[in-house]
Order: sequence, then structure tokens, then C-alpha cells
Amino acid sequence: MKDLVTLHVNGDTHQVAVPTHWTLLESLRYAVGLTGSKQGCDKGDCGACTVWLDGIPTLSCITPVYEAVDKQVRTVEGLAGMRTAPGVAHPLQDAFDVCGAAQCGFCTPGILMSAAALLEENAAPSRDEIKDALSGNLCRCTGYTKILDAVEMAARTLRGEEVAA
Amino acid sequence: MSAEKQEFESARGGVPADQPEVAERGTPVVDHAESHAGEPIPMHGSREERAGPYNVIGQRQRKTDGLEKSTGRARYTDDLTLPGMLHGKILRSPHPHARIVSIDTREALSLPGVFAVVTGDEMPIPFGIIVWTPDENALATNKVRYIGDAVAAVAAVDEDTALRATELIRVEYEVLEAMLDPHEAARRTDVQIHEAKKEGHNGNISKIVKLEFGDVEPGLAESDVVIEGEYYFEGTTHTPIEPHCAIGQWDEGGAGAGRLTVWSSTQVPHYLHRELAKVLEIDPARVRVIQPHVGGGFGGKSEPFDLEFCVAKLAIKTGRPVKILYTREEVFYAHRGRHPFHMKYRVGATADGKLKAVDARTLLDGGAYSSFGLVTTYYSGQLLAAPYEIPAYRFNSTRVFTNKPACGPKRGHGSVQPRFAFEVTLDKLAVQLGIDPIELRRRNFMGSFRRTVNELRVTSNGFMECLDAVEHASGWRERRGKMGYGRGLGVAGSCYISGTNYPIYPNRMPQSAVQIQVDRSGRVAVFSGASDIGQGSTSLVAYIVCEELGVPLDYVRVLPSDTDFTPVDLGSYSSRVTFMLGNACVDAARKLKALVQEAVGAEWDIPPKRVLLAGGQAMDAMDTGRNMSIVKAFNLAEARHGTLGSVGSYNTPNDVHGEYRGGTIGASPAYSFTAHVAEVEVDDETGFVEVKRIWVAHDCGRAINPTIVEGQIEGSAYMGFAEALMEQNIYKDADHGRAGLHNAPSLLDYRIPTSVDTPELQALIVESIDPEGPYGAKEAGEGPLHPSIPAIANAIYDAVGVRMDRLPFSPPLVWRALRERDEAAREPERMAAD
Repeated sequence: MKDLVTLHVNGDTHQVAVPTHWTLLESLRYAVGLTGSKQGCDKGDCGACTVWLDGIPTLSCITPVYEAVDKQVRTVEGLAGMRTAPGVAHPLQDAFDVCGAAQCGFCTPGILMSAAALLEENAAPSRDEIKDALSGNLCRCTGYTKILDAVEMAARTLRGEEVAA
Repeated sequence: MSAEKQEFESARGGVPADQPEVAERGTPVVDHAESHAGEPIPMHGSREERAGPYNVIGQRQRKTDGLEKSTGRARYTDDLTLPGMLHGKILRSPHPHARIVSIDTREALSLPGVFAVVTGDEMPIPFGIIVWTPDENALATNKVRYIGDAVAAVAAVDEDTALRATELIRVEYEVLEAMLDPHEAARRTDVQIHEAKKEGHNGNISKIVKLEFGDVEPGLAESDVVIEGEYYFEGTTHTPIEPHCAIGQWDEGGAGAGRLTVWSSTQVPHYLHRELAKVLEIDPARVRVIQPHVGGGFGGKSEPFDLEFCVAKLAIKTGRPVKILYTREEVFYAHRGRHPFHMKYRVGATADGKLKAVDARTLLDGGAYSSFGLVTTYYSGQLLAAPYEIPAYRFNSTRVFTNKPACGPKRGHGSVQPRFAFEVTLDKLAVQLGIDPIELRRRNFMGSFRRTVNELRVTSNGFMECLDAVEHASGWRERRGKMGYGRGLGVAGSCYISGTNYPIYPNRMPQSAVQIQVDRSGRVAVFSGASDIGQGSTSLVAYIVCEELGVPLDYVRVLPSDTDFTPVDLGSYSSRVTFMLGNACVDAARKLKALVQEAVGAEWDIPPKRVLLAGGQAMDAMDTGRNMSIVKAFNLAEARHGTLGSVGSYNTPNDVHGEYRGGTIGASPAYSFTAHVAEVEVDDETGFVEVKRIWVAHDCGRAINPTIVEGQIEGSAYMGFAEALMEQNIYKDADHGRAGLHNAPSLLDYRIPTSVDTPELQALIVESIDPEGPYGAKEAGEGPLHPSIPAIANAIYDAVGVRMDRLPFSPPLVWRALRERDEAAREPERMAAD
């Protein structure tokens, strides 16, 4: 059984036919075609699927697609241009690149969505506050050090401070 | 150059002619073999002094795919969808050990939406990553050997239909007794997991290695002190965040000449290519393997798996593309993680702490199949022979099959477990002899440009600098022993290979190769067979091309790992990539550079060697005012030499191993070295261990990009910490559910550290400049994991005085050790009262 569902994603409206039991993650990846959000565990343990629902970081792999109807969804593909000119990477995305915070990159989209939500709320988070905000996102490559560095760097950029390259 | 090094190098035929400046410059590692006991060792040159005349190498750079990954554009296998694609599911065994009596697929096939079902008898040829031990089938042919073993696969219109169809496959099993305990499996001959290879052999024994170097028993007898201990390393698994995924596509070519394409999240496209051709009985020239971005591997994707054969076979049967994506639970069944090791060590030393002899006995719990087990069994002993001078060494290792998912190579393959046991033993030795544990390690340093007791050739060796660096950074001298009860510092050291010197199927062809092609725009395309699994090998290729050809980084496009177009590289395992791919890339780039230098030199009427390529320009070294754009230089060269392209390759040196059976296993063209200091706080009441900080100094030869090297060091230390404190890859016994069933096949129950759990990690880069590495580089991806675990164990001892000789150092085990210590302390009182 498929249903026609209307999703608002990164400012665009999509009408997609999806099986009624599909999650938001499945709908984004396999119906809308936005594959940036990842599936790592199928059950809300790893955080790689994190997207925003009305600005709140949400595990899309355990969110039924109907939960997203009438809400604004933002995914990693919608971070560029949000606080920057259209098509220009979010300071977090750039900082992840500069700091080497993405190794395999599979957890990166989810981590970026958690981190971006933190920086929307808290312009100058402490390292412990960053750790807390990312504690629902597992990374297996980095040991988190460079991720924490990158979030700190992005926060400085967003505050308009000088950032050493 | 030291006399020792000179002699060493003349013995191996000297430094490659095109790299003399690399070999000579710096040579910062002085020979410490004479021992500078207790003396502070100066660091040899500042970073700037060591940097060399490089523009790109040694600089912090962005990765070539960093923004692609952070913007969500990077495509991983499951991100690909092909027109008409079907979805597959694999039916898995519910029994740890059973004979398959019959399989009835009729009902599954009749389910609407099902296109094909495949069973083991359609792919009867066994495979195995090690050519001597092919004991796996794509799907079980007559027996299943663990809960999760693959039995049949379905292709259907969607995943749900495929899953329903697997439930309609009727399999009749004759359940056999399961062997879950390796000691029992080694003893029993009435239950055989595999058929014995020879008459009188036990089919439950996977591999036995017994090697002795020097006179161990006399060495132990002459020792002033002998430390005996038993250690247990519980297994762990990789858990890359990306589950395994594969897509198969069959293109009918007419007259039976079809072509198979498999996209896979593999670390080893070349081996997958070979095994697909073999098992599916297709000419390898008609098989193409493409590796998209891979979401982490750590050794867990470094051999072929059931899903790759199944998507291929199902695609051939249906004529449609087929995708299979593992569930997280299936990733745990695929496993190939770190073997559980039962270890016994006897280590003898003189009163002043010099090692005399080491005797090791190890039982490896291999799980159901061989995987890399032959190599693991050798590595369990071979890789312990550095960085310390061990005059006499014996090891006896036995790998046993059990009815559990197969163990294999996990980051630091085969040598993390013995390193734990040995470095804890060294700590016990230091305590017993009253010698500072760092000092004890210095006294036993083997030196550089030496052969180990098992005849492995060691070249550059920055271990002493690693010890210096962690001693200094951790405030070891000022703080150790002065932090009060419950807090402590621990040290450990290690060494690891930069690739296996000999490939896992015997041949003398290059281990790595690249092809470079230059466009008239100045854009340089590099075809590289190497597998970037996040460690940055694609970026490495780009950095080297930039360094040698002087083009900007964004002029370089790297096409990685597509077996139809890229030359063979053996894959991402054994920490081989930087060393081997890097050298191949230097080779190709310098050949091309020579053509450009020659053409520009002719234009300016100067010798080619005077032409420098840097910063997007060709210039005269004697008069840098004379220059032209690199694009013009390339165009001149193309006009003179024809279309510009080059190939480069790397193969390992010949004489770096021991002249005995197995002496090639563990041999590497270069070894990396690491030292850790860990700081812990132990709660006496609960047994909870908090690792506050880990200082990691790693000798990577040269850091081609320090940011990436630090990332590898931090990631390694994190993973070691995780194994030490949290991870438990265990299976239920009959008293706790279904015997042989994985205890916790999810990322919630199999606990890996979050950002909050992970300690502060400080990466310290030591550069010994290896004479044969690319620009002096060696590995950084696996070595830095090794000392994590023993450094934490030794820190726990320093904090609370209990020895943790088994993993993990979880609250129940630490608490028990603390209470046993209390009991032991009360014993004299009780005796007195009696």
C-alpha cells in the first residue's frame, strides 16, 4: 500500500508516493532522492539519520513519514545557503573540511544537523556543551576530537570572529 | 649517516636513486641502541627544519572529498539506485551448527513480486581471502556453522517482499552439537566444524604456529626475574557506521558474453574482483568492481561477503540490478572482528630490567571460518618482536574454529591482543624491579636499522622520541605517583607494519599502481586503484601529484577504485596504503615531471634538472624570474612528447623477512612506532574507570598531511580506549538464551563511546623519515591503537593497585578486582586472629 504524502524539505515541496509504513528517512532517501541523511542502525541508536523537524534535531529513521507532514524538514543538503549565500557551505560544513572532522563521512550529515541546531540556540557553546549536543551521534573514525574542534571553529566564524585557516 | 645504517643500506642495495635527498635530509633518529638510560633525549630538529623543500607535503590541507562529504553529496553504495533495481534479502541460519537436509523455495518463488531465489548449490565453489584456506561458500552448501550463516537469498520488487519471501523458504536442518568454547573445540574430535584437512587432524583446528628464536629456556633460567601471567582479550567488532551494501548488475552482451558490475562498500575491490570471477565462474575480464565512498571499514569490509556474491548471482538470474543492504544486526553476524585471545606469558629479565627471554602461548577463538586466520595466527606472535630487543623469543599459537561468526582482521590485526599482555607484563616487571616503566622501555629499545630476533628488517624507528614526547606531554616525572589514591598514569609502547611485504596471493607484480593523464587545461587526472575508506588515500594521491607537478590542488581529479579503469592496488588493509600507494604515485608523477622538465629545459636551453615545477608555474631554479605557467609547460611537453601520461607502481623490497617457514608473515617494508600515556581516575566504590586523557605519540615517518595523521592517531586511540572499557562482542550460552546467539547485535547494546564517553586525546607526531617511504612516510592508521589498552590497564594499577589482566575494564570486573585486593589485604589479619 502506498500513500501520496506531501513533504516540505529544505524549502521545497515534494509529493511522493511511499509505502504507508515508511519512515521519514526512507522517504527522504528513496522517494525524494535526498540521500545525504544516512541509515546506520535502523533503530535510532547511531544518529546518522538526524534531520530537523521544525528546527528540532530528530532521528528520521524512527520517525514515521506522517509525522513530518505539515512540518518543515531540513536535511544536510539544506544547510548550505541557510546562514550563507545560496550554494555556499554552512560555516560548519567548511570547518569540518578544514579540521579533517569527516573521515569516512558517513556520520557527518547527522552530526552536522545536531551541531547546527546547537549553534542556532547557543552562539558560544563550551566544549562540554558541544559534547552533550553530539552525544546522540556515533562517530567511529575520529575519536570526536576534530569534530569538537570544527564546531568550535564554526561557532567563531558565525560570531564574526577571526578564524585562523 | 650512522655506520650501522650505511652498512644496512649497502646490504639492501642502497637508497632509490631518485630519492637521495629524502633519505639524507634530517635523518633525525639517532641510534639509541647504546641506551641513554635516564638521559633526556633531545628532539632532533624543529618541525620547520624537518619540513624539507616541499610546498604541499607536510602542510595542513583540506581533503579532496571533505566538502563533498560535509554537504551530503558524497555517494555511498546505498545512495545509488539503478533503473529497474530489485532488492535482495538473505535467509540466515537460526542454528549455530546444523546440517542442511533440504531447502524448499517453491512457496517463496510463488509470492507475487519475487523474481528469483538462489541457494548454495548454485554457487558451489568455495572462496576465502587467503588462497590456502578457502572454506566459505557464498551460501551454505551442506552445513551452517553459526547463527547468522547465509542459507538462501531472494530478489524481489522491494525489501519487504524479499523479507516475506525469505520467511517462506522451508529449510530442514539436522541440528548438530555446537562448539562455542575454543578450549573444548580444540579437545573434541567427535564434533567437527570443518572436515579435517588430513587423516588424523582435528577439523576444529584452524592453524597452529610454533616458532622459536634464540634459546628461550636458558634465557629464562638465567633471568634474575621471571614474570608469569595469564591474560584474556575478549573479542570486539568494528561497527563501521555504514552497514555493508552491494549492488549487482548484469549486462547481456550477446553470445553469452555478458558483463557483471558490482558496486560494493568493500575495502578490497581487487580481491572481490578475483573472488567474484572464481565463485560465479565468469572470466575476470568480464567482471567490474566499483567502490563508491565507504562509510568506515576498520578491517570489517576487507574480504568478500555473502551479499556481493548474492547480488551478482541474482542479477544474472533476473537480468535486473539487485541491491542488498545489511541490517545492523547482519553487520554483527558478518563480524570478522578481533579474535578473543587466551594468552600465557613468561617474560624473563635481568635485575637492571633488560629482557632476556619471552615465551608466549596463545589460543585464538576464530569463529566459524578461516577468514584471515592463518595470518592472524602468525601475527599473534610475529609482530611482538619490536620495538624492544628480545634476545630469545618463542610463541606457540593455535587458532580454533567455534560455532560463532568468523573473526578476522580488526585495526591492528592480530597484534593488539598480545601487545596488551606484553605491555602489562613489562609494567609488572618495572614494578618488581623498582624501575620507572618508561625507563624500563628505554633500556630495552632495539634501535633503528636492525633485524629483530625473528629476522624482520626494521628501518627507521622513532620509538624513543615517542617515549620522550608522551613523558613530557603528560608531566610523567612530575605527576606520576603523586596524584593520590584513585588517580594514575600508565605507559605502553608498540610497533606495527606499514603494509605486508608479501601479497596474500603469491605473485611478484606491484602491490600498488596509479596512472596519470594530463589535459591541455592543466587538469591532471589520476586513476588510482586504492580504496579510500575515510583514511584519505584519495587525498594523498592529489597531494603527491601537486607536490611533484606544481599544479594547484583543485587541478587534480582522482578517480579511485574502479577495476575497469584503475590499475591494481591490493586494498586498504595492513596499513599499506600511504607507503605503497604513495610510492607508486611518486613514481608516476616523477616520470611525468621529467617529460615536462625536459621540454621546458629545451625551450630555455637549460638542463632539465634546473626546471622547477611549483605553485602553478615552471621556473628556472637559478633565475626564478624566468618562469611560465604550468599549463604552458604541459603544452610544450605535449607538443614534444605526445599525449602526456604516465604509470607508476610500487613493489616491496626482497630481503626483509626471516628465512624460515612463515618468516614472510609480519615482514613489512617499514614499521611504525607508538607510545601512549593514559591518565585514569578509578572509583573505588563502583569500579568505574574514567580515562581522563590519553597522550599518543606516533612515529609515522613523515606526516604528509598532519591534520589527517592526527585524525588517524586520535581515531586509533579512541578505538583502543573503547575496547579497553566498553566493548563486548559476546554470545549467549545455553543458560542465557539461545546458545551461540550474539548477545547484543545493535548499536545500543554493543556499546561504543559517544562524544561524552571519549577522553581528551592528544596526538603527538614523531617523524623519523623512513628511507623508503614516500617523502619518508610510514603508516598512521592502525599502529596508534595498540598501546591504548595496556596503557589504561597500567594506569589503573598506578591508581588503585589492581592488575586488570582481562578485558574489558568495566565496573563489574574492576570492582571485583578491587574487592579481591581488599580480601587479600585482610587475609593476614584473619590468619593472625585464627
